Amino acid sequence: MTLAFSQSARQRFDEIVARYPNRQAALLPVLHLAQQEFDHISPEVMQFVAEQLGVPPVKVQHVATFYTMYNKKPVGRFHVQVCTNIACHLTGGPEIFAHLKKKLGVANKGTTADDLFTLEEVECLAACGYSPAIQITDKKDRETPIFFRENLDSLPKVDALIDELRAKAKGGA
Amino acid sequence: MKTDVKILTAHLDDPAWHTLAGYERHGGYNALRKALKMTPDEIKAEVKAANLRGRGGAGFPAGIKWGFLPKETTKPIYLVINADEGEPGTFKDRLIMERNPHSLIEGCLIACWALRANTTYIYIRGELFSSIQRIERAIAEARAKGYIGKNVLGTGWTCEIHAHPGAGAYICGEETALIESLEGKAGQPRNKPPFPAIQGLFDCPTIVNNVETIAYVPWIIENGGQTFASFGTERNGGLKIYGLSGHVKRPGLWELPMGTTFSYLVNELGGGMRGAKPMKGLIPGGSSCPPLLPNELDTPMDFDAVKKVGTMLGTGCATVFEEGVCTVRLGARIAKFYEHESCGQCTPCREGTGWLHRNIEKLERGERLEGGIQLLDSICGRILGNTICALGDAAAMPIQGFLKKFGDEWQRHIDLGRCPL
Ligand SMILES: Cc1cc2nc3c(=O)[nH]c(=O)nc-3n(C[C@H](O)[C@H](O)[C@H](O)COP(=O)(O)O)c2cc1C
Repeated sequence: MTLAFSQSARQRFDEIVARYPNRQAALLPVLHLAQQEFDHISPEVMQFVAEQLGVPPVKVQHVATFYTMYNKKPVGRFHVQVCTNIACHLTGGPEIFAHLKKKLGVANKGTTADDLFTLEEVECLAACGYSPAIQITDKKDRETPIFFRENLDSLPKVDALIDELRAKAKGGA
Repeated sequence: MKTDVKILTAHLDDPAWHTLAGYERHGGYNALRKALKMTPDEIKAEVKAANLRGRGGAGFPAGIKWGFLPKETTKPIYLVINADEGEPGTFKDRLIMERNPHSLIEGCLIACWALRANTTYIYIRGELFSSIQRIERAIAEARAKGYIGKNVLGTGWTCEIHAHPGAGAYICGEETALIESLEGKAGQPRNKPPFPAIQGLFDCPTIVNNVETIAYVPWIIENGGQTFASFGTERNGGLKIYGLSGHVKRPGLWELPMGTTFSYLVNELGGGMRGAKPMKGLIPGGSSCPPLLPNELDTPMDFDAVKKVGTMLGTGCATVFEEGVCTVRLGARIAKFYEHESCGQCTPCREGTGWLHRNIEKLERGERLEGGIQLLDSICGRILGNTICALGDAAAMPIQGFLKKFGDEWQRHIDLGRCPL
C-alpha cells in the first residue's frame, strides 16, 4: 500500500518543514502528524516519513521508538492516562489505576476488545494541584483533551467517567 | 520586601487574558514597544539588575547566562524555551502557557531583541495538549497583529516564534537533550562544554531558558530590573510562582516574593493539612529534591536558603505528605520514575537507577538487602557526579535525602521484614 497525506495534512507538513533550517528537525512534529493521519506509526509509516523528510529510515525508527507518545501498534479510541507520580501517588492515583485495570479488563498499555479504551499509567501530567489526575484523549476529537481538574476523589466518579465515554461512542459522537 | 504585587498571575480573574485582546487590555505588548527603542545592552542590563534566577530548577542567573553568547558571530543565534515541564510535582509552566501565554510570547520577542536572535523555538512537552494549543493560538494571533514576523511593528526587524511538541521523554527537559530532540533526534544529552551559548541548536549559539524565566522579562523591561529585584531576597530577585500539592487542604499555585517561607505557603495559603494527621515531610521543588521535615519549614524559598538546608528549591512546587505515608514506598515511586526516564547513555545512570529501584522495592516488600540500607546509599554515591547530565544526580539525591531524614523507618523495614506502616 502506498501512503499519502491528505490535502490538509500535506499543507500542515509544508508549514512544519518551513520552520526549520533542515528537514530532520521537523521529525518529531511530522511523526505526530503521521500518527494522526495513519492511526499509528507502523514500519510503513516510518518509511513514508523517512522519504518525505529525506532522512534515513533507521534514524526515523530510532526516534519513533525512543519517544513514548508514538504508538507502534493500534490503540483504542480513548487513551486513558492515569498519573501515579508523587502528588497522585499520595492522593489516590495508584488506586484509580488498579481499579481501571480491573474495570476495563486490561493490563498497563492494554486495549479493550472493543477498541474503545487504551489504559496507560503515565508520569506526572503537571496537574499536581488537582490530583489525582487523569488525562483522556479522543482520537475523533483531537481538539479537546479531557483533562480532569476537579479531584477524582472517589472510584464511582471514575466509573461514571468511563460510562460517559462509552455512551458517547455508542451515540455515534 | 513584602509586596502584594502580582505579575504573571495578576489578571487570572479575566477569563480572556489568554487571548491577544485580553492581554492587550491589561497593557500587554507595551513592554515590547519600549524594548524596541532600547539597545540590546540596555535590556540585558535590566535583566541583570533584576537578579532574575532561572526558574527551570537550577536557578542560574538569566542575565549572566545571556552574557555567555559570543560577542561576534556569523552564525544565527537561537532562543529556545524549555516548556518540557516534567519534573514530578511541578505544574507552574502549564499555568503560564494556558492562562497567560502572551507574556511568554512577548518575553521571547524582547529576549530575541536583546540577544540579537531572530528565531525562538518553544519546546513544549508533548503530553500537554492544552498548553500546545494555547501557545500555537497565541503565536498565530501575535503574528496576525504584526508582533511576530518579517517586520515587527514596522521596525524592519524579523522575529519568528515556533511551537515544537515533544513526544514523551522526561530527559528532553535537560537542555542539551532538548536541543538534540529539536534537531529531530533521540533526546540524549551532550557533553558540556561546549555550552549551548557557544554551540547549541544546529551548532549555533543558543540560549535555553525556562518558560517562567522569560515570561517575567516584559514586566522587568516595563518597570525596571531594580524594582523587580527589590521584591525578592538579596540574590534572588522578584516574584516566583510557587506550587503546593499533596495532603494539604488547598493545593494550588501562588505567585509570591522569592524568599517567602515554606510554612507561609503550606499553612497560610494551603490551609495546613487536609485532615487530622500531622505533616510528615515535604518535597520542596519536584521529585529530585531531598525532603524537608516539618521543623524546617521556616526556610525561605529562595535558591540559596534552600540549598543551605541541604536540598534544592528546584521548580518551587512543593509536595506535602502526612504521617502514615510510607517513605520507602514513596521513594520507590520516585526511583521507578528515574529508572524509566534514564536515556541509557551513561552506565552509572542506566544501571544504577534500575538497581536502586529494584532494591527499594525489595525493602518495601521486607526482603533482605545484601549490605542493608547502606547498599542504597552506596548505589547513590556511585551515580552522583558520574554522568553526562544531571538526571543521575536527580535520581540519587532524593533517595539519599530520604535515607538521611527517614533512615529509621527504612531500617525498620529490614528489622521487621515488612513495611511497618
Ligand atoms: C533531567 C533534567 C530535566 C530537566 N527538566 C527541565 C524542565 O522540564 N523544564 C526546565 O525548564 N528545565 C529543566 N531542566 C533544567 C534545564 O537543563 C535548564 O537548566 C533550564 O531549562 C534552563 O533554564 P533557566 O535557566 O531559565 O532555568 C532539567 C534538567 C535536568 C538535568
